[in-house]
Amino acid sequence: MVGLIDYGVGNLFSLKSSFDAIGQTAVVSGEKAVLEKADKIVLPGVGAFADAAEKLRTAGLDEFLCREAEKGKPILGICLGMQLLFDYSLEYGRHRGLGLLRGVVRPIADVIPAGLKIPHMGWNALNFTQNPTPLFRYIREGDPVYFVHSYYAADCGDRVTATAEYGAPLTAAVSQNNLHGCQFHPEKSGRVGLNILRAFCEENEPC
Amino acid sequence: MITKRIIPCLDVRDGRVVKGVNFMGLNDVSSPVELASYYSEHGADELVFYDITASAEGRRLFTDILCETARRVFIPLTVGGGINTLDDFDRVLKCGADKVSVNSGALRNPGLIGEAAKRYGNQCVVLSADVKRVDGSFRVFAKGGREDTGREAIEWIRSGVEAGAGEVVVNSIDTDGVRRGFDLELLAAVTDAVSVPVIASGGAGSADDFVTLFKTLPRVDAGLAASVFHFGEIDIPTLKKTLAEADIPMRL
Repeated sequence: MVGLIDYGVGNLFSLKSSFDAIGQTAVVSGEKAVLEKADKIVLPGVGAFADAAEKLRTAGLDEFLCREAEKGKPILGICLGMQLLFDYSLEYGRHRGLGLLRGVVRPIADVIPAGLKIPHMGWNALNFTQNPTPLFRYIREGDPVYFVHSYYAADCGDRVTATAEYGAPLTAAVSQNNLHGCQFHPEKSGRVGLNILRAFCEENEPC
Repeated sequence: MITKRIIPCLDVRDGRVVKGVNFMGLNDVSSPVELASYYSEHGADELVFYDITASAEGRRLFTDILCETARRVFIPLTVGGGINTLDDFDRVLKCGADKVSVNSGALRNPGLIGEAAKRYGNQCVVLSADVKRVDGSFRVFAKGGREDTGREAIEWIRSGVEAGAGEVVVNSIDTDGVRRGFDLELLAAVTDAVSVPVIASGGAGSADDFVTLFKTLPRVDAGLAASVFHFGEIDIPTLKKTLAEADIPMRL
């Protein structure tokens, strides 16, 4: 079973439907007791970093996620959910993340040429790096996925498993042992996205 | 690099697709769910659902249809029509919509865009404008293009983007249904005025019209059409191949 964290942020309907579509049981919950029983956890997220981080903390889910990560449970952060896994974000100030992955979330405006539209929104190709990830088992280099974001994960070293070219190579996916993140939306990326979720479900043990 | 998007638009009334469709292999050609999953499997980069229902009962049916579609379609979904309040945003977002487009609702209450952007983020709010030339200037029309608001269109779009709209759909009433190409003059004026993604609508009659659109106006991000796709006059996979051969970035 996959636990989809409900903390008032993100399109949980589509995410739940995606797991249904690949034949995996997923439960949407903000309750630690329920999420603890899940074999895998997905942290979704849309909106502002500070607000989302605060909501996680208020619900006590920050500590919960750190404990589950420590236990080795596979965790997938999506979009803002991925950004929350890092040390901190520079979105409207400086805000602490979960600190599960080393790296900083910065504005894409810092690295892309002037004149390119922000947010980086639409379908873009995944360029794989040298760093392997089980998430890409069923997809190929160059496969298109759907992005909507104005900030990106920087300084995350060899945890980057794919980038997307938008005037600069932007971090598109990260993996470190049981922790994974997608800057794009697998639940909105057609078959490619469903195949990424399928690979996540097959990691280590059945869902 | 980000690809240009091809977007079919489905007009839905009382839970059914309004304009007839002409596809082989669909069990129910006026089922929005069937049509949406067909498009999703056949190259559409995004879908727009437009609710043209007038009654509360029809609206409820639309919401049900939307949920059912979002359960089966895993590409971005934009919903418009009858969006007048934040509650309307909430209603469709809970059913799996990714973006919500406002038109007459924003004309009646210009504060709506800002309020929605604050709550859901700019990327979620799409300003849809029906534009027509009147006495040599671009004017915004309301109520599905029936009512001249007297507002200058480019200024209206610019103010909507400033208020927080993260994307703009520009529908030219002058070229809509004529099928001789998109309204390049209007679209050029809009892309000069705003820096958010611009979706061109109204006038597509052939694949060449899309080639001309993206070649002439590289700052246009997407082309939207309805009946030319529904009647099978333009096949989306073939269209996208043609565009890719013309060196326009496409998701194939």
